[in-house]
Amino acid sequence: MKIAIASGKGGTGKSTVAANLACTLSRSREVVLVDCDVEEPNLHLFFPATTVDVPVTTPVPEIDPARCTLCGECGKFCRFGALSVLKDRVLVFPELCHSCGGCSLVCPQGAVREVPRTVGRVACSRPLPALVLISGVLNEGEVQAPAVIRAAKLLAEGHPLTLYDASPGIACPVIETLEGSDACILVTESTPFGLHDLRLAAEVVERVGIPAGVVINRSDGKDEETLDFCRERGLPVIMTIPFSREIAAVQNRGGLIAALLPGWEERFVALFEAVVKIAGVSP
Amino acid sequence: MIVGITARAAGTDAPVEQRFGRAPYFVFVDTETGKAESIENPLVDAAGGVGPRAVQMFSEHGATVVITGQVGGNAAKALEVGGIKAYAYRGSGSVADALAQYTAGNLQPLPLA
Repeated sequence: MKIAIASGKGGTGKSTVAANLACTLSRSREVVLVDCDVEEPNLHLFFPATTVDVPVTTPVPEIDPARCTLCGECGKFCRFGALSVLKDRVLVFPELCHSCGGCSLVCPQGAVREVPRTVGRVACSRPLPALVLISGVLNEGEVQAPAVIRAAKLLAEGHPLTLYDASPGIACPVIETLEGSDACILVTESTPFGLHDLRLAAEVVERVGIPAGVVINRSDGKDEETLDFCRERGLPVIMTIPFSREIAAVQNRGGLIAALLPGWEERFVALFEAVVKIAGVSP
Repeated sequence: MIVGITARAAGTDAPVEQRFGRAPYFVFVDTETGKAESIENPLVDAAGGVGPRAVQMFSEHGATVVITGQVGGNAAKALEVGGIKAYAYRGSGSVADALAQYTAGNLQPLPLA
């Protein structure tokens, strides 16, 4: 079973929910937690451990000058400006390349070869006896987050229970993370901003076709608007985490409330049971 | 010699555009014959990577000199490798004025490397 944790808005508590859920579930079974927020992965802060790193590469063009006739087809084709066909050579800008492979298809001379280029890495560790953490890390200045997310998810394949912690937003990296998930936990907070972005995220999971439930974090007890929205959209509210100094204190020192505060492990077990129900598949 | 100038409209009376890759028009002037050719820039609304693609257009039109306001890093690299010199025109005059300033030796080269 694969569960994605997303939110739209940043800072609502996706990683908090993912980390606590993973920790709780690992007491009774093998769990893989995948940090798909590859631009700023931080689940490892909850689970410090030694990692084994696997580089992530993506294909970029290399021009064979012996075959190239400078016809210009590749440069005309590339909408990202990764190839400039000049008077006496083709200039490649690998960091502008989106690895579509089109240049090698349109080249009439077979002069374009694809070579791997490292854009990030996947860091694997086992911080708890039954928990494997797989963190995608996109190199600074790179744009191909989905390639690193794909690699991280691929390394988690084959495990019976996987949690995907998504990045904020609702663009390509989030879609890549949601792809193939059985259910999604949407984490929101009791603010107009949280609700605004929950609307967007709910629309995305609906379009991708993934059943979802909502966790309201830092609740001040006045969640009527969010509850109304969830009712309207048929989204079950499967957990409410109160706005509390005690929780914040644990969280702020990188601790897990499921492990350190009484009652929370049981609540995360209940959260998992609710998600299983939403997904309609056997865990 | 062909000089390419970034412009806001077609023709040598058009004002010079300060942006390089997203200039609405490129005006190519043959300094021997005085003939000018204006090309509408298809990259104005492109998502990204416009600099190198604009350089490719200048190269295709045989330009060896570019007059514009400023160029970005990728465009600068492509201009340098392509052997195209770039000069800065920061005034608000026309394409014809920029060309006259260049011919008179009043324009500073843009640093490319």
